[in-house]
Amino acid sequence: MSTATLERSATKPRYIVCEGNEAAALAVALARPDMVSVYPITPQSSLVEHVAKLVADGRLDADIVDAEGEHSVLSVLQGASLAGGRTYTATCGPGLAFMFEPYFRTSGMRLPIVMTIVTRDGITPQSVWGGHQDAMTVREVGWIQIYCESVQEVLDTTIMAFKIAEHHDVMLPVNICVDGNYLSYGSARVEVPEQAAVDAFMGVKNVNWHAALDPLRPMGVDPLTGGAGGKGPSAFVRYRKGQCQGMQNALRVITEVHEEYARCFGRSYAPLVEQYRMEDAAIALMTIGSMTGAAKDAVDEARQAGTRVGIIKIKTFSPFPIDALVAALGKVEAIGVVDRSVAFRWNCGPMYQETLGALYRLGRHVPAASFIGGLAGADMTVEHFHRVIRDTEALRHGRLSAGPIWLNEND
Amino acid sequence: MYEIRLHGRGGQGAVMASGILAAGLVAAGKHAVAIPSFGFERRGAPVVAYLRTDDKEIRRMTNITEPDCLICIDPTIANSVNIFAGLKPGGTLVQATVKSLAELKLPATVGTVGLCNAVKIAMEIFRRPITNTLMLGAFARTTGVVELEALKQALRDSEFRDAGLEQNLTALQRGYDETEVHRIERRVAA
Repeated sequence: MSTATLERSATKPRYIVCEGNEAAALAVALARPDMVSVYPITPQSSLVEHVAKLVADGRLDADIVDAEGEHSVLSVLQGASLAGGRTYTATCGPGLAFMFEPYFRTSGMRLPIVMTIVTRDGITPQSVWGGHQDAMTVREVGWIQIYCESVQEVLDTTIMAFKIAEHHDVMLPVNICVDGNYLSYGSARVEVPEQAAVDAFMGVKNVNWHAALDPLRPMGVDPLTGGAGGKGPSAFVRYRKGQCQGMQNALRVITEVHEEYARCFGRSYAPLVEQYRMEDAAIALMTIGSMTGAAKDAVDEARQAGTRVGIIKIKTFSPFPIDALVAALGKVEAIGVVDRSVAFRWNCGPMYQETLGALYRLGRHVPAASFIGGLAGADMTVEHFHRVIRDTEALRHGRLSAGPIWLNEND
Repeated sequence: MYEIRLHGRGGQGAVMASGILAAGLVAAGKHAVAIPSFGFERRGAPVVAYLRTDDKEIRRMTNITEPDCLICIDPTIANSVNIFAGLKPGGTLVQATVKSLAELKLPATVGTVGLCNAVKIAMEIFRRPITNTLMLGAFARTTGVVELEALKQALRDSEFRDAGLEQNLTALQRGYDETEVHRIERRVAA
């Protein structure tokens, strides 16, 4: 439901109440994309309905294309992006799966498309509910992926996403990951920035400077490269290496854009890795997305009871913020990594798996346990996080779990 | 933190009511988070929505299992769902019903009851049994957690317009005016 209007009279209140999907749509309108393409039926969310309504009401001056499927949605935006447009779409779960081929191409062609993933668990065992399995499944395709904790953060991060994607040192597509159900349909108090302030923050649009669909200056885009002969191998390596470098550059740019956003709008978020009550922490929980709020409440209660526990929240998951994570780990003696999806190959959560890689860089052994919860819409409550704290404290004292700990196993 | 669970049936507007209530609380300077339950909701099936409010920022985005207050916008939903599950001792029930207090079966946890003949009033205002805004008025009357005026402001700021807005403002006012509030004195169990 909507309780918001973007333009309001002189009595405009400071805050509105809206769901995460509407917050994302309002942010998209403020960022002024030229083209939005959507596949507006199942599996979709109210997000694109909100965007379509903003276009219909004349509050977003963008062309909106109802494509015949998600594969076409992203292909349409590739054309729009190559023609110099700022572009946006949203999808989730099966829709994301259906757009996989152009999804891979988008990052390879260095197109700064912004796409919200209203995250869902996998479709089987039959489920239409939230989880991170869809976004995590495509974590290795060269898109930047940023997870949000609150409805306000969805709005703010969606605006920032366009600036991050289009930065000339990055030029990569960005997924803003919004936890399905809990954030997408959760309504909360939100402050909506003024259009003029967002315009000033975004600066002059310069999306397409490196490749262009322009009849006046014809050029080949995404030519055949690779193979074992001629300049193929070196050309392919140059493109692929550039992509990897763009991902690494993104770590700096994401940080800078968050700093600039804080200066412009007064709201600041840890861009890569948030440290919560980590000053003297002996153990740390690692969280991602909207679960973090309940984890913070649990940590406050545990601190009251004398447990030296903090939280390391990953906001930017791709590129994986190795240095920021290593810095955050400091002197902790055990970590409990809480995922909302699974890594089938390793029998653990994907964030846990990535963290094991970062621990190698830390250069000392830290016992770590994988916790998996919130699958297929399951609730992750303060009580669940108290269990994570207890088990991680036990891990610190040498009690190691054989496999992942499934938080909703008995719910 | 004050936690509310709304019970209704698909199509009655329980989720929308939770959004309007959240907007009213925010208009009054508080923080509020409203989360609907998730599933294949369809017309007539039981629906639940959760709402938290506090003076400070609310961080947890979770369902509510131990509410301070139940708002039940459907007269018969208690026949199919245990609406009282987890209600805090001394908790509040705001119920749409034609029945009197003596006719209701209430567990010992209920301390305050607000009763509103919401279906009858809704038929007079909307000619349909849409009880959601009425029951927000009943909630304001029963608990005082939100001012009636803040709810009216939230309605004016919503997408309701013209005749629909006027009907819903009337519904809020009549829900407030025509709710009987009962305090139940109970001995604390040993």
